[in-house]
Amino acid sequence: MRGNLRAPGIGLAAVLGGVLLLSLGLEAAGYDAPAALAALWDGAFGSWRAFTGATLLRATPLILIGLGFALALRGGALNIGAEGQFYAGAIAATWMGVHAAQWPGWVALPLVAGAGLAGGAFWMALPVILRLRFGVLEVISTLLLNFVAEALVSLMVQGPLQEPTGVYPQSAPIAMAARLPLLPGTRLHAGFLVALVAAAALSWIFARTWWGFRLRALGEGPRAAEVSGRVPAGRMVAMALFGSAALAGLAGAFEVSGVSYALYQNLSPGYGFTAIGVALLARLRPSAIVLTGVVFGALEAGAGAMQRDAGIPAVAVYVVEATIIIVVLLGQALARRGEGRASPVDAPDAVA
Amino acid sequence: MEPLAVAADVLLAAVGIATPLALAATGETIAERSGVVNLGIEGAMLSGALGGAIGATLAGPAGGLALGILAGVAVAALFAAVAVGAGADQIISGTAVTLGSVGLTGTIYRQFYGAAGVGLSIPTLPPVPIPGLSGIPLLGAAFFAQPITTYLTFGLIPLAWWTIFRTRPGLALRAAGEDPVAARAAGVPVRLTRSVAVLVGGAFAGLAGATLVLAQVGTFAERMTAGRGFIAIAIVVLGRWNPVGAALAALLFGLATALQFAFQAAGLRVPYQLFLMFPYLLTLLALAGVVGRVKAPAALGKQEEGERD
Amino acid sequence: MTLSLQNITKSFSAVRALAGVDLVLRPGEVHAVLGENGAGKSTLMRIANGLLRPDAGTISVDGVTTRFRSARDARRRGIGMVHQHSTAVPALSVMENIALAAGWPVAPAALRRRVEDLTARLSLPLDPSRPASHLSVALKQRLEIVKALASGARILLLDEPTAVLAPAEADELLGFVRGLARAGGAVVLITHKLDEALGVADRITVLRQGRVVRSALRPEFTAAELTTAMIGGEVAVAPRVRKSTDWPVLIRCDALEVARESGTGLRQASFSVRGGELVAVAGIEGNGQRELLRAVAGLRRPFRGLLEVSRPVAFIPEDRSTEGLIPSLTLTENVVLGVGRAASWIVGRRVRRVDWPAARRRTAELLARFGVRAAGSEAPAGSLSGGNQQKLLVARALERRPRVLVAENPTRGLDLQAAADIHARLRAAAAAGAAVLVYSNDLDEVVELGDRVLVAFEGVVAEAPAGADRQAIGAMLLGQEPPRAG
Repeated sequence: MRGNLRAPGIGLAAVLGGVLLLSLGLEAAGYDAPAALAALWDGAFGSWRAFTGATLLRATPLILIGLGFALALRGGALNIGAEGQFYAGAIAATWMGVHAAQWPGWVALPLVAGAGLAGGAFWMALPVILRLRFGVLEVISTLLLNFVAEALVSLMVQGPLQEPTGVYPQSAPIAMAARLPLLPGTRLHAGFLVALVAAAALSWIFARTWWGFRLRALGEGPRAAEVSGRVPAGRMVAMALFGSAALAGLAGAFEVSGVSYALYQNLSPGYGFTAIGVALLARLRPSAIVLTGVVFGALEAGAGAMQRDAGIPAVAVYVVEATIIIVVLLGQALARRGEGRASPVDAPDAVA
Repeated sequence: MEPLAVAADVLLAAVGIATPLALAATGETIAERSGVVNLGIEGAMLSGALGGAIGATLAGPAGGLALGILAGVAVAALFAAVAVGAGADQIISGTAVTLGSVGLTGTIYRQFYGAAGVGLSIPTLPPVPIPGLSGIPLLGAAFFAQPITTYLTFGLIPLAWWTIFRTRPGLALRAAGEDPVAARAAGVPVRLTRSVAVLVGGAFAGLAGATLVLAQVGTFAERMTAGRGFIAIAIVVLGRWNPVGAALAALLFGLATALQFAFQAAGLRVPYQLFLMFPYLLTLLALAGVVGRVKAPAALGKQEEGERD
Repeated sequence: MTLSLQNITKSFSAVRALAGVDLVLRPGEVHAVLGENGAGKSTLMRIANGLLRPDAGTISVDGVTTRFRSARDARRRGIGMVHQHSTAVPALSVMENIALAAGWPVAPAALRRRVEDLTARLSLPLDPSRPASHLSVALKQRLEIVKALASGARILLLDEPTAVLAPAEADELLGFVRGLARAGGAVVLITHKLDEALGVADRITVLRQGRVVRSALRPEFTAAELTTAMIGGEVAVAPRVRKSTDWPVLIRCDALEVARESGTGLRQASFSVRGGELVAVAGIEGNGQRELLRAVAGLRRPFRGLLEVSRPVAFIPEDRSTEGLIPSLTLTENVVLGVGRAASWIVGRRVRRVDWPAARRRTAELLARFGVRAAGSEAPAGSLSGGNQQKLLVARALERRPRVLVAENPTRGLDLQAAADIHARLRAAAAAGAAVLVYSNDLDEVVELGDRVLVAFEGVVAEAPAGADRQAIGAMLLGQEPPRAG
C-alpha cells in the first residue's frame, strides 16, 4: 500500500480536525464547547460502564460493517447497501429468534447468527446477479436496495413479525435462548468478541493467503488481474460482495440478539453509512478498523451524552464523522497526486 | 367517490410529489452527464429544505426558494471541491457530504427554532390554478392547479434538455462525461465543466428541497428528505440520463407514492410498503435492461485521467 | 504561416528528451521528422502543439515570438495535431465531434450541412451522424484530420499516421498530405519509416536522442545516409536460430471462430504451430488477430471450431500498464500474480498461502537475470520505464516455463536496443522448444521476427507463402492475393 507512513498522520489529523470543527461550530452557535466536549468524552470514555456499554456496544456493528466494506472495496467493489443488508440480517435473525423458545442456547445462538449472515448475503444476491449478468454497478443497486429493506422492515413489523397484540410496529421479543450472553459486569454482548475474531481473520486473509492477495490485485488493477488468467474476476468479486453483505447481516443479527431483543424500524442509526468512514479512516486494514470502529463508536455514544448533558443535538457528531471522511479522502487524493508528480512513471514512454 | 375524481386526486398528489423529485433528478442528470455521480444530492436537498424554511420565515416564499437554492449550491460546492477538485472517490465523497448535511441541518434547525422544534409555521406556496386549463377533466387540476414551483419545473426540464443536447456547453458537458481525455484534447476544460455541472445540480437539488418544504409539506423536520435525493439518482437512471425521461420517471415515483395513500385511505388491505418498494425494483429492472436498455455516460464516476497517449 | 521552434530543450525527471532542437515549418511544405522510438519526435510535436511547455527555447509564428499555454492556444494560431490514436469522443457522432473541436454551433440540421460541405471539399467523405465508436481505424484518422482542418489548422502535425494503416490506405493518406501542401498548407509528418520520408517530404529532419542529427531538403539525402543518421551505430541483433521441424505441434486450430471484441472478430483460422517455431501475425487493427491471440492465450472462449493449446500458456498483453502490470503493486506482487498458484512460493494444502520472503528472493533473481533496472523487488511496478516493464513481463511469462508463449505488440514504444532485447528473449524461448505466437502492427517487425507469417484480414487468417516479402504481406493485409514469391 502506498503512503503508509503518512496514513496514521492523516487519520489523526482527520479526527482532530473533525472535533475542532465541531468545537468552533458550537462556540459560534453560542454553546459552551468545552462543556459539550467534556460531556462527549464522559459519555464515551468516562467510566468502564460507559466505555463497554455505550462505546464498544456501538462499535460492534460499525466494526463488522466496516470490515465488510473493506472486504468488498479491496476487491474493487463498493457496497453502500450495508444498511439494507443489516436490516435483512436483522429480519432473518428476529424470525429465527422468536421461534427459538424451545431450543437450548447453543443451538439457538448459532442459528440466529447464521440467519443474520444468510439474510445479509441474500440481500446481495440481486446486486451480484445484476453486476455479473448485466454489468450493473453494485453502487446503485445496493443503494436502492437499502430503501427496499427499510420498507420490508416496516412491512414485517406491521405484518408477519408484528408482536402478538398487534398494536405496536415492532416484533415480539426474541426468546431468551436466542439472546447473546453479556460480558461479565457489562452491558456489552459477546458479538464484540466475534467482531474482533472477524478482524483478525480478515487481516490474515489479506496478508497471507493467495485468495486475499488476488482479491487485492483485482481491486488495484482489474484488467491486469483478469488478463493474468489467475483471477476469476466475477467469482472473486461475488465472493467478496457476499462476504461483505454477510458481515453487515451479522451486525444486524447481533443488534437484535444482543441489544434490542426485538425488531424495530430505525433499528440502525445509519451504521451502514458511518461504517464507510470507519473503514476509510482505517485505510481498509482490518486491524485498524477495530480501532477506528471504537473511535466512531465513541463519537456515537458521546453524542447521546452530549445531547443529554449539554443540550447539543446528537446529530452534530455527523458533522464530525463527515469531516473525518472528507479529510481522509483529501489526504489520500493529494498524496496520490503528489506521488504522481514525483515518480518517474512512464517518463521514458512519454519521450517516445 | 366516483372513480374519475379519485384518479384526478391521485394524479394531483402524484404531480405534487413528483415535482421536487423531477427537479433534483434534472440537476443530477446534468451532473451525471458531465461524468460525476453526486450522492451528496441528498444532503443538498436536505440543506435546500432547511434553507427554504429559514428563508421563508425571514423573507417569505421567494426568500425561501432563494435561500434553498443557495444552500444546495453551497453543499454541492463542498462536494465539487473534494470529488472534482481533489479527485477523491465520488461515491464516498457524496456519502460523506450527505452525512455532514444531516448533522449540520439538524444542528442549525434546533439552534434556529429551539430544541422543541415545534410550532414552526412558515409561509408556503399556494396552488395557482391557471384559468381554463385547470378545468380540464382528470388532468387539469393535476397539471394546472399547482404551486408556482411546479410550473417552474415544467419550464426547467425542457430548458435542461435543450441545453444538454442542442448547445455547445451541453456538447462539452457530454464530452466530459463520455471521455474526459478526448474532451480535453478538444479544448474542453473538463474539471471546470464538471464543477459547474455539479453546482448547477446542487442548485436544482436546493430548489427541490425548498419546494418540498414550501409547496408540499409546509414545515421542516430533521432528515425530512428521507432518501429523496437517492431516489432522484434512481430516477436519473430510469430516465436514461435525459431530463424529459427523468420527469416521466419522477411522475411514476409520484404515482406509486400517491397510490399508496389512496389505497390506505380506501382501507384496502394491500400493504402500502409494496408501493414504496415498487419504484426501486422497477429501477433495478431498468438497470438490468429488462425495461429497455440504458447506457450510462462512459466516464461516469471516474476521475479525469492524465494524458492517454 | 511559418512556425519556427528554436533551441528547444525538454527533460522528464532525469531523462533529457530534447536538447537544443531547431525546426522550421514553411507553408507549402511537407516536412518529415524522422527518428527511432525515443528520439524525441513526439515530445517535439507536443511542444509545437502546446501540450507540453519547453524547459528552454523559443517558439515563433511568422517571426513573432509566442508561447502556447495549451493545445487550444496552439489551435487558435492555426496549428492542428493528428494523434496516432483517436481523440474523438466515442459516444458522440462524427458531426458532434467536429463541432466540439471546431467550436461550431450544435443545431443538428445546420451542423450536418456544414460538415457535409467540408468533407466534400476535402474529398474525405464521412457519415456525419455515425458515432465515432463505429468508425474503422482509417476513418477515425480521417475524422481527426477533418477535425483539425475544421478548426482552421494551417499547420498539420501528423504523428506516425501510417503506423495503423495498411500500405494502400497509407498511400492514400500520403497523397492527401501532398495535396494539402500544394494548396499552401504546412504538414509535419512524424515517422520512423525511411521510404515515407523519401517519398513525400520536401524537407527531412532526423532526430536522434533528442538532438537534430541532420536537416535538409529531400534530394540531399540517400536512404543509406538516412539510416546511418537515424540509428547512429550498429545495434546488436540476436542471431537467428535454426529451427527443427520434428517438434510436436503445440497450437492447433481448425475452422476456429471467436466472437468479436472490436472490428470483425475471428471468423476462420486453421493452422498449427510446432514447438521451436516463432510465428508472427500481421493485421490491421480490428481484423480478428486480437481475438485469435486471446483465444490461444485462454482468455476468450472459442465460439466454434477446434482449438488445442498445450499448457502452460503465457501471455504478454500489449497494454503494459493496464493489462500487463498493476502499477500500484510491487514487482514481487506482480510476479506472484502472473506466475500463479503453480509457483514454488504458494504453500499450504487446504488454504493456499503466499510465502512472501521466497517470492521476493525469486523476483530479485529475475530482475538481475533479465536486466530489469529497478529499485529492488519491492518497488512499485509503476516506477519502471516502459522497456523495463516489458522485460519484467517477459521474465514473468517465462517463469511459468510455458510451452506456448503469446505476445501482442511486444516492442511497442520501446527503443531499438530494448526491442532487440525482447526479440532475443522471444527467439530464445522458441529455441528452447516453446511455440511462440507474436502479433505486431509493425509490418517490418513481423517480417523480421517471424519464421512464418500469418495474416489476418476481416477475420480470416491466412498464411503468407514462405519467403513472402513486405510488399506481398502488405497486399494480404488488404485482402489481396499474395503475388507469387520469387
